[in-house]
Amino acid sequence: MSVVIIDGLSFALPLFIMAIGGIYCEKSGVTMLAVEGLQGFGAFVGAFVAVLVAGSFDGNSPIPFYIAMFFAVAGGGLFALIHALLCLKFKANQVISGVVVNILAMALTAYLTKLFNRIFFGAASDKFVLTVSSRITVPVLSDIPVLGAVFTNIYPFEIVIVAAAFLSWFVMYKTRFGMHLRACGDNPHAVDAAGRSVGKIRLAAIVICGALSGLGGICFAYSISANFSSNIYVGYGYLAIAALIFGNWRILPTLAACLLFGFARSGGYRLVQVLQMPSSFQDLVMTLPYVLTLLLLVFFSKQNGAPKALGAAYDKGAR
Amino acid sequence: MKEIKKIWPSVKIPLFAILCSLLAGGVIIALTGSNPFRAYYSLLQGCGLAPKSSYAGYKSMLTDFFSYVNYFTPMIFAALAVAVALRAGLFNIGVSGQMLAAGFTASVLVGYSGLGAVLAKPLVLLVGVVVGGLAGALIGFLKYRFNINEVVSSIMLNYIFQYVISFFINTYFVDPVSRQSREVSDASRLTLMDTPVGNLKMDIPLGVLIALVAVFLVWFLLEKTKLGYELKAVGCSRSAAKYAGIQVGKSMTLSMTISGALAGLAGVTYYLGYVGSIQPKVLISTGFDAIAVSLLGNNHPVGIIFSTMLITLIGKGSTYMKSASGVDTEIASVITGIILLFSACSAYIKWRMARRKEGKK
Repeated sequence: MSVVIIDGLSFALPLFIMAIGGIYCEKSGVTMLAVEGLQGFGAFVGAFVAVLVAGSFDGNSPIPFYIAMFFAVAGGGLFALIHALLCLKFKANQVISGVVVNILAMALTAYLTKLFNRIFFGAASDKFVLTVSSRITVPVLSDIPVLGAVFTNIYPFEIVIVAAAFLSWFVMYKTRFGMHLRACGDNPHAVDAAGRSVGKIRLAAIVICGALSGLGGICFAYSISANFSSNIYVGYGYLAIAALIFGNWRILPTLAACLLFGFARSGGYRLVQVLQMPSSFQDLVMTLPYVLTLLLLVFFSKQNGAPKALGAAYDKGAR
Repeated sequence: MKEIKKIWPSVKIPLFAILCSLLAGGVIIALTGSNPFRAYYSLLQGCGLAPKSSYAGYKSMLTDFFSYVNYFTPMIFAALAVAVALRAGLFNIGVSGQMLAAGFTASVLVGYSGLGAVLAKPLVLLVGVVVGGLAGALIGFLKYRFNINEVVSSIMLNYIFQYVISFFINTYFVDPVSRQSREVSDASRLTLMDTPVGNLKMDIPLGVLIALVAVFLVWFLLEKTKLGYELKAVGCSRSAAKYAGIQVGKSMTLSMTISGALAGLAGVTYYLGYVGSIQPKVLISTGFDAIAVSLLGNNHPVGIIFSTMLITLIGKGSTYMKSASGVDTEIASVITGIILLFSACSAYIKWRMARRKEGKK
């Protein structure tokens, strides 16, 4: 049971922070399907820097991981500018723009990983090898029965994510900027009339989304795969989007959705182990989060509260 | 001359996008220390459009060209699938998954059955159309009945197909040597492999003929029928179409069904044509590249033929480019990505050009 909780949490939290990024972007009225590409590009930048600086620290030092985290956030934010450029400046179809960013991110990172490996490390490899981040157990709290598992063997990044998630919640619902951002998604003309620039707020939202996605990406790279390669594109970005739709574009229900995905996945793996089924059954277990998403969307999509101006480029002259 | 003037505006922007991307790709290649002109020329050589310096036995420029045609046939179907859905304002990003589902079902039902060629080949096509169509219809139905974003549902289906089919291949149909699904029978394959013609051995793709028929049919459907007009109306404005008395939900489901059926044809021409087996756990990139192809071809069936030839040229030729001039094959998808980037801005460029013209008046 505790294994299910530990693994489920370490999967759900990176998913959650990416979903929050998506919420920021979509709440500001810009459709965001690029989370997949943004998390991959962020993880790529972070992993590259981590490998670059790894030589100057000893093997167990956690510092490269924090440096990687910082650069992943920066890399994701920077790459998100492409989406901003296409959607805000060129008024491209936002769905198409999202897909373009994804395809470009996959192609670029695959190419650059090979290239950088050759140039900087003289190796013919298509991945950056990272370590698995060390884990911590909180002394007293972890002794609580059942719930103690939440505090056992946690990755340090889980704490960072919880802190970042709380901060995002605060900014979104308790600050002036958050209010303007939410207004941009429902009634951009009102924001304009109040003397704020819709374009600037949307730009900020897109960059925040990229930054948070990058954070989620590097956490996946440091926990599940322990390296960066094209294998990072397994659709977790899309899963995050499904989570936020299912969470009705609100942060707390989205957390519930992410936890559900996480526990469905870790529970399924555990079941394959416990029942000693052949490993090929893992493929069937892997479909659980996706099947769950579809089923849940069937029940929850009907009364969804998508931002009213979602997907439409802002046109000052329109009525 | 008049004809050229008529189509020039719609050709101008894609050409601009291609030029910019080739330029950007060329700069990247040059920066990594290779000669971009030689790299691009080796792309042509790899596809049988320019002579190589030497050929292995039974091979010539013609065999390379046929193998290139064999490679681009599935892409024509896939791009048509994207275009039909886009016409109704829907985005079918699940083409790869629908291809896999159709290819797998056709392999199991017909490919392993030992039926004769006369019966097997049409059956393969039929299975492809039906399975792909059903998968597409499901996405359309979810959209219209439950308001589920088609992008999210088709991506979820992509992963479900990928893993479930991988499970079945690994459990029942695996070839222990290649770790892929067992090769399908020659009778069921839509490409006649290694057929001796004169002193050459060629892969003759039969699917390309069907692809050309499909191009014509899709053009006819979209431009000349009432249904095509309704799809276009739904794509332009859902509420306007509704007030005009068009059944929006039915049109959307129908367009996704047609799109899925075309994706199914792409699947069978790929998995039972170009290759003869399925690699478990891998979703091919054809369905995603098809988005670039369709956008670049202005979502027009005839435009798609040309853009398919270009984009698959880059993909197919990149293997030879790697061996001839040492440029990584991954650059091919980077160039495709950049083409896609420029095509996405085409609406804006069109608008700017129109404004400049107005300014001159």
